[in-house]
Formats: sequence, structure tokens, C-alpha cells
Amino acid sequence: MPLTAGRDLIVRLRGVTFGYGREPVVEDVSLSIARGEFVALVGPNGSGKSTLLRVLLGLLEPQAGRVELFGQTPAELREPWRVGYVPQRPALAADLPATVEEVVAGGRLARVGWWRRLRAADREAVAHAMDSVALLALRDRPVGELSGGQQQRAFIARALAGEPQLLVLDEPIAGIDAESQRRFRESLSHLIREHDAAVLLVSHELGAVAEDLDRVIVLKRRVLFDGPPPELMAAGVSLGVHREDLPLWLERLG
Amino acid sequence: MIAFALPWPFDRTYMQLALAAGLVVGAAAPLIGAFLVQKRMSLLGDGIGHIAFAGVAGGLLLGVWPVWTALVVSVASALVIERLRARGTSGDLALALFFYGGIAAGVVITGLAGSLNANLFAYLFGSILTVGRADVVVVVVLGVVIVATMAVTRRALFAVVVDEEWARVAGLPVDLLNGILAALTAVTIVAAIRVVGVLLIAAMIVLPVACARLVARSFRRQLTWSMVIGMGAALVGLIAARAWALAPGGSIVLTAVLTYAVLAIATVRRRRSQRFSIRMVQ
Repeated sequence: MPLTAGRDLIVRLRGVTFGYGREPVVEDVSLSIARGEFVALVGPNGSGKSTLLRVLLGLLEPQAGRVELFGQTPAELREPWRVGYVPQRPALAADLPATVEEVVAGGRLARVGWWRRLRAADREAVAHAMDSVALLALRDRPVGELSGGQQQRAFIARALAGEPQLLVLDEPIAGIDAESQRRFRESLSHLIREHDAAVLLVSHELGAVAEDLDRVIVLKRRVLFDGPPPELMAAGVSLGVHREDLPLWLERLG
Repeated sequence: MIAFALPWPFDRTYMQLALAAGLVVGAAAPLIGAFLVQKRMSLLGDGIGHIAFAGVAGGLLLGVWPVWTALVVSVASALVIERLRARGTSGDLALALFFYGGIAAGVVITGLAGSLNANLFAYLFGSILTVGRADVVVVVVLGVVIVATMAVTRRALFAVVVDEEWARVAGLPVDLLNGILAALTAVTIVAAIRVVGVLLIAAMIVLPVACARLVARSFRRQLTWSMVIGMGAALVGLIAARAWALAPGGSIVLTAVLTYAVLAIATVRRRRSQRFSIRMVQ
């Protein structure tokens, strides 16, 4: 019986297959994520994690199977603000003359309508999002002058600014210092607890958030494991820093 | 014609009309340029400028006001170029096809029309001092269209130039916004044809933005500064043209080039002195 049976589903993938050539990169993947769940998608390099994420977000059309977000296909989704997305290492031009606040404010556009001006309440939401990743003090700093970790936090804040009901993060913790990871963990917990949102995090290292996870999905073209962290630990895989920890185990899978 | 009572060099009607056209283009062109530069598509202005040349030649051949034919041909080509780019054709390649196709078509059509004369030169090199009231009305209307559209779309366009893939996930109409930017680029070029000419149009789109990037620390300020610098270049260029009987299109663009040189030197000096101050403190 699926782990999310009987719960309000936000993400549902059924028999999804996608490949760039003849060989499928992801094959017959079925998974679901319910409201308020914190799920990690892990897998070795080349396991199809990023491709699956792009299919889930509607950036790629599945060759077989069906993707549903909030009960609709990604193309039909009427309220795109419900999905917040933090891409992996966004291709940011170093010479972009834009402040942190300008970039983060972009995350509010889908919520208010792209042609509308932001009002006081929207500006407050933008400030709150910057505060939640400890960037409020740097709001007027050009993003090109920030470190890689600070830039990543700015993109997390941009996703949070829309107050999404599903937050999808692609390797968000890489390059972020311990204090920022703590703030990041708090803001995810707040999003899940207060807004009953779901979080899907794709990462090699679960580090600071390992304790908060409801479920881990292991992908290597197909879903190899889908269950709560204790079950993975019972199989001898630790999410912390041990001899049989997650990155080492994933490496062996690859 | 009644002239406004302005001091020299704008005491004559033709200079006042030139100033009006110059200020509108000086403000509108960099507004578009700020987004093109960020998308690494600065040369789109040049490419569409050459296509506009074919449109002008078509107008001369058909006996239609060349501004209209240039507008139709430029907007249609800009949309096709954007479509090719969005479908994965190399932006450079798509641009080159239209760039050379446009100039070649222009030469052939001009030959057919038998109008390799001063009339054509006014479009190639600009002839701001000969713009009439009808020209200025068209430039002002096109300028208002550009500024009004950018006022509505600039926030979403900014999100697209920062990260196009993210913007798609966020539900922004990326294809529509890119199409609007391409079409507005064509409109800007047609508005600027009589001011600086086909050959120098891209300069008015790119140079004020290049100047503003040296001083602005936010995108909003970059937009403001580039518009101020664009209008300043038009104003100073026209004064210089009147004072020393220079070709106005060239003098406007050279003013923008000089502004860039001065700002670049000032920026390098400021950074050096900042580094020196930091070393002294240490």
C-alpha cells in the first residue's frame, strides 16, 4: 500500500518514463508526495534525479506515464505559484547589476500576477523570505558580489517569497555554511508546519535536514527504495557521517 | 511653423524637432538594451537594423512611406528570429541569416528602385536635422508604446533574463515576454532610423547601457541611468552638431562613446583608490 494512501496528494507520478535517446534515463517511476510531507530524492550521479525533477516540473514531457501536481498536469496548473523551485547552481551572470531584493522579489510575481506592481504585503513577504535565509542585511548588495553559498540562499529566498505549497529544491545545501543550513532548516520546518506545504529535496547529502525527513526515495533509473529514514537505516545506511553513510552507499550503487 | 522660444542651439524649429526625436530615442533605446545586453543579445539591434534597411528600400520601391515598411518587415523578422532562437537554433546563426539577408535584399531592392541617392543615405546614416513633424509624431508614438509596454513587463522580463528555466516553472509567459522584447527591439530601431541611421542604431541600444553598468548597483538604477545617459548623449550630440556643423547621428553616438570612456576611467581610478585605502587601513 502506498505510504501516502488516503492523504491529500500534491505530487503524483504514475509509470513515468523519459529518455534523451533510445535508453530511458528514468523508467516506470511511480511516486507520490502528500501535503505537509518532507521528502528527499537521492541517487548516484547519472541516476536520473535531475531529469525526473524536470519532468515533474513540466519542463520535459514524459514519454510514458502521467505527472500530476495538485491533481492537474504541470501544463494545466492554473496557479503556478503553488510550486516553488530552487534550481541547481543557477547560471547567474557575474556582471548582473541586480540586488538581492530585486532577485528575490521575482519570486512574488507568479503570486500577484506578472504585470502587477508589488504591494506593501508583497514587499513584507519578500523581506520575510530574505530574513529566513539570513540575507536581509544584504538586501541592497548586487548578487554578483555574493559568494556562491549566499547566491544559493538568495535563490532559496526567491522560491520562499511566493509562499509555495510545494517546494522543490535541487541540491540546495551544497556550498552553504552551517549557520545558513540551520536557518534553511528552520525556514523549511516553518513552511511545512505553518503552511502545510510539501518539500521535495534532491541532494547527495542530507546533512542538517536528515532528522526532519518523513521519507527518502532512492532513484537509479527506477525507484529502488521509498520509505521513512529508519527503514533505510535498518538496511545499514546511515544518513549521518558514518562508515556506511548515504554518500558512500550511493557511490556504490552507481 | 511656430517655434518654441528656446535658447541657442534649439532656437530653430528643425533643432527642436530633432531634440524631441533624439530625447525619445535616447530614453527608449537603452530601456530595451538593458534586457538585450543581459540576454547576451546586444547584436540583435544591429541585425534588425540591417533588416529595417530592406524595409526602407521596399518602401522607396513601392512609393510607400519607408517608416511603415521598415516597421512591418522589422517586427516580423524580429519575431521569426526569436522563434528560431527559442527552438534551439543558435542565436548567432539565426541573426546572421537575417543580418546578411536583410542588407542583401536592401541593396537589390534599392537597385530596382533606382534610389541610391541622398534619400536612402538619410536612413543609412540618420538625418535627424531633417525630421519633419510627421516623423516626430511617429517617433513619439513609438516611444510611448515602448516605455508603456516596458513599464508593465519589466519585472517579469527581469525574472526571465535572470533565469529563463525558473521563470517557466514560476508560470511566467516566457515565450510571450521574449516575443514582446523582440518586437519592441524592432519598434525601437524603426524609431531610431532617422535619428542615428541604420548603421549606428545598435549603438543607441547598447552604449548607454554599457555606461550605466559602470555606475549602477541595481537593475532599477541601471534602467534609470541608461535612459538619462541616452537622452544626455542625444542632447550633447545635437549641440555639438550645431556648433561645429557635424553629422548629428555620428556626434550623438560619439558622445555616448566618450561618456563610456570617461566613466570607465573614473571607475578604474575609484577602485584603485578604494584598494589603496583598504591597504592603508590594514
